[in-house]
Amino acid sequence: MEYVIEMRNIVKKFAQKEVLKGVNLKVSHGEIFGLLGPSGAGKTTIIKILTGQLQCTEGVSTILGQDTAALTSFVYRKMGMMMDNLGLYERLSCYDNLKLFAKIYDVPQGRISEVLKQVDLAEAAKVPVSKLSKGMRGRLALARAVMNEPELLFLDEPSSGLDPQAVTMIHQLIRKEQKRGAAIFLTTHNMEEAGKLCDHIALLNEGKIVEYGSPKEICLRYNHQNKLQIRLLDGRNVVLPNGKFAADEVKEYLAKEMVETIHSTEPSLETVFMELTGRRFE
Amino acid sequence: MKNMIAIFQKQIKDTLKNKSVLVQFLIFPVMSIIMECSIHIEGMPEHFFANMFAAMYVGMAPLVAMSAIISEEKEKNTLRVLFMSNVKPTEYLAGVGSYIWVICMLGGCVIGISGGYKGAVLLSFLVIVGAGILVSMLIGAAIGTSSKNQMAATSLTVPVMVVFSFLPMLSMFNESIEKIAKITYSQQVSILINGMGKSGVNLENVVIISCNLLAAAVLFGYAYKKSGMT
Repeated sequence: MEYVIEMRNIVKKFAQKEVLKGVNLKVSHGEIFGLLGPSGAGKTTIIKILTGQLQCTEGVSTILGQDTAALTSFVYRKMGMMMDNLGLYERLSCYDNLKLFAKIYDVPQGRISEVLKQVDLAEAAKVPVSKLSKGMRGRLALARAVMNEPELLFLDEPSSGLDPQAVTMIHQLIRKEQKRGAAIFLTTHNMEEAGKLCDHIALLNEGKIVEYGSPKEICLRYNHQNKLQIRLLDGRNVVLPNGKFAADEVKEYLAKEMVETIHSTEPSLETVFMELTGRRFE
Repeated sequence: MKNMIAIFQKQIKDTLKNKSVLVQFLIFPVMSIIMECSIHIEGMPEHFFANMFAAMYVGMAPLVAMSAIISEEKEKNTLRVLFMSNVKPTEYLAGVGSYIWVICMLGGCVIGISGGYKGAVLLSFLVIVGAGILVSMLIGAAIGTSSKNQMAATSLTVPVMVVFSFLPMLSMFNESIEKIAKITYSQQVSILINGMGKSGVNLENVVIISCNLLAAAVLFGYAYKKSGMT
């Protein structure tokens, strides 16, 4: 099995509306893959097809070598999920929420304290979920998703609406899971998050993948200007072509210790998305 | 089996903190104790309150609890998370169902004891109540699985529950209602309980309860398939 996720020519129609229009994508072992797109682009539909909650109208999709139309317990045991709607038991404590899934996954009880510590909820172990903040709930849902040490982790908008501290913690845990060997499939509309975390991303717009590659590759591919932007200590901004013709001028600024910052001007993922679709990324 | 036990245990903790469901389990047993201990009117039939509350309990508690628990899990997405974690729908339903059946049987036991039933008679009382609870649970499960959320479930549960739990009581005061109520399992439960030690069980009681059970099972099967839980 070369890929943990494979989708070939996936089409999904709801009544007459075509939500996915021939989606192709592949995710390898140990990879963080980001599916980016504005609201309504079809991200959640893709996750639902991959996790067997929805069946595609046309095409073939597999996860861990199994057709997603007929997933067996073999795959479910190797999968972790954090959905946009977290699905936590409000009246139960953090510990009891995880205890239920520890029993389902046959995970030793000691693992509960371990994951609670990883998401910094050890002190809130006995607190009912109804009393947790949104960030804490997100962390608890992530703890539940990684409890069985999955081979494949689905994260649907994991940092949506969370405070920066919670986002940092979630990112750390995602990287830790990758180091352990898990493949991570995340959907987000946060370009910065995708740029920082993902090995590969796919930009989804109106049910079609409009661009695929590593965030850096994609940005460089659309670097039509190919210029350098230098901010000098006296407040001036100097834009120079990124080539040998500008070398002397750059050298001179550096030699005179006039440079405050120096950047290449490749576009952000958001700019690339706008160029491709004519839409803002919201 | 393992998953079913995990759901059962989760449900114990969850229900203890869920007042709206907890009250369904407690209200009739508590009322039965109070009424049986405090009201004694000359000429009143023996075990009057225990018998009346048992029939009402059968028609109300399992139906409301089953529908409320399933619809809440659907609304809050916890059911989807369970299914994505390798819990089969049948395991979930068996876990929740067995929990409600056990708790309702305990409630039935309290009502029986409060009415002064002992030994073999108490056992017969529990067998009759247990059969009624099963029918109510299937109706509650059908409502819970077919409803999108708790609000939708409640709007269906309340009228159904009122019909099944109040018919036995209303039948005591009106013959026309009694004739119609005869075809319901809760009325048959009431007839069987009131006839314990007197008239015994006849074929009509068994047939009507079995037909109700079958109809509830078919209704649940249809709702289960339609809900896409399979």
